[in-house]
Amino acid sequence: MKSPQELDRFEIRFSGLGGQGIITLGKIMGQGLALGHGYNVTQTQSYGPEARGGSSRCDLVISSKPISYPKAESLDLLVALSQEACNTYYPYLKSGGVLVVESDLVKQSPTNRFLGLPFTNLAKDKIGIAQAMNTVVLGSLSFLLPFVNQGTMRKSLESVLPSKIKAINTKAFNLGYRLAKKQWGDDVGDVWRDEEDLTRR
Amino acid sequence: MARRKKRKEIFALGNEAVVEGALLAGCSFYGGYPITPSTEIMEIMSARLPKTEDGVFIQLEDEIASMGAIIGASLAGRKAMTATSGPGFSLMQENLGYAIMAETPVVLVNVMRGGPSTGLPTCPAQGDVQQARWGTHGDHPIIVLSASNVQECLEMTITAFNMAEKYRTPVILLLDEVTAHTREKIEIPNEGEFEVFSRTIPSMPPEWYKPYEETVRGVSPMPPIGSGYRFHVTGLTHDRNGFPSQRPEEVVELMERIHRKIDQFFYDIQLVEEIDTDDADVVVIAYGCVARSAELAVQQARENGVKAGLLKLKTLFPYPRRHTERVLAHAKSLIVPEMNMGQMSREVKRVNMGRVPVRTINRIDGQIVTPSEILKVIMQG
Repeated sequence: MKSPQELDRFEIRFSGLGGQGIITLGKIMGQGLALGHGYNVTQTQSYGPEARGGSSRCDLVISSKPISYPKAESLDLLVALSQEACNTYYPYLKSGGVLVVESDLVKQSPTNRFLGLPFTNLAKDKIGIAQAMNTVVLGSLSFLLPFVNQGTMRKSLESVLPSKIKAINTKAFNLGYRLAKKQWGDDVGDVWRDEEDLTRR
Repeated sequence: MARRKKRKEIFALGNEAVVEGALLAGCSFYGGYPITPSTEIMEIMSARLPKTEDGVFIQLEDEIASMGAIIGASLAGRKAMTATSGPGFSLMQENLGYAIMAETPVVLVNVMRGGPSTGLPTCPAQGDVQQARWGTHGDHPIIVLSASNVQECLEMTITAFNMAEKYRTPVILLLDEVTAHTREKIEIPNEGEFEVFSRTIPSMPPEWYKPYEETVRGVSPMPPIGSGYRFHVTGLTHDRNGFPSQRPEEVVELMERIHRKIDQFFYDIQLVEEIDTDDADVVVIAYGCVARSAELAVQQARENGVKAGLLKLKTLFPYPRRHTERVLAHAKSLIVPEMNMGQMSREVKRVNMGRVPVRTINRIDGQIVTPSEILKVIMQG
């Protein structure tokens, strides 16, 4: 395994609506980073008492050192999959942090500096099921984040899924990765590539 | 030297780690009723336990029956546990007292959520601390443990079973929603890398056996029901044979013994972890997920030149007085952050006896106390 980029509390928040698969997304990404990449990771969650609908949120803290406080306090990356989530959590994004939105569901971005893809419709049209949306997001983020190895993350994804939905999720993952590369450009992850910048603070 | 076998690593929830710990400790019976945020413990137990050699899993009609079932299983020789949250913990209180009186080893995990009543089912709180201590009626001893991260969930579950078996008493493991629903990488220890304690079984002829006999440890051997030893179990105050008694000298003997069996082993039962306390002017005393916030706050305070330290409580009751007194020898102030109106700070103040200022940080809005809140109070000096 290539030596991982040194990280000191890199904080990601996934947010949106209950039922979008946000906690599953965080769990799979966390597992890939913890077991596949060897980082220390804490994944925490926050959700309402409703079975579906309501708000849902999932935090990942990723670090090369042991992690004390398990939740995110100032975000390096905010993924907002609903307008409400975007409005609520945008203030927690640190300056220089990156906002990723579901561009069909987040009509008004609070800033002109954001990355968007229509994840839900992509999953519906290109994969055939809307439920694969979270995997499309995972694929896109695997391109965006410079410390994520695409192959390791895909392997980790495949290892947690039951066999009958494995193929379709691999397809969704690859779609997300490909489109992010095409739409966001090759150097999009450079904000975090400067190691100095990540370990100072 | 033999090479250490590599430990298996998993990315698991606090609740999953509780199950792993329980199975390592030899748990072979689970009786329960699901309730958020403890549900995953039951869910995973239902999948794992039937696959073990003699594991039994039962979903009961409610939490009263759950507690009854695990007491029965324990009397029949099983290591038994249940898990619940808020309202379910209230329903378990009566039978919890029965387990104390009948000296039955069981483990009860309570994942604290916002209350009272149905409260905030999906939000963290630490409002059941004094209920864990005093929730069941009557004057009684109890062991209450807690955990603040996923690895500790595994370790403290093993410890809970060990203490239950060692002292023939129910043990409560208090978690909170954050700890139970945090996923982290943990290592599963290999066999032989941790201690597993099991209750002493009588070796004398059955006709000599007295189930509640006075012993040096205060704990008498416990045979599984049906193994030939006569054994009467009652919630009434009883004599050495287990039959009801109101004779004052027998009542006193029983009551003193069930207290003594815990009190004389404080050194074994009271567990804490100390971070930077040796030279600390300000000591934060915390437990559960708040201890993680405190750990970061203490580290940040040190970076800012304030000598701060953390006394993390892993045993909540009997309250670790000895450890608190040790930090009081040099601390100029104490801070007790918790997600309630001040349930543990009462214990801290009781030990402090007015020596140094004790400041509290209390949150009751279903949110965790953050590191910045604690840091702010530390920096006030």
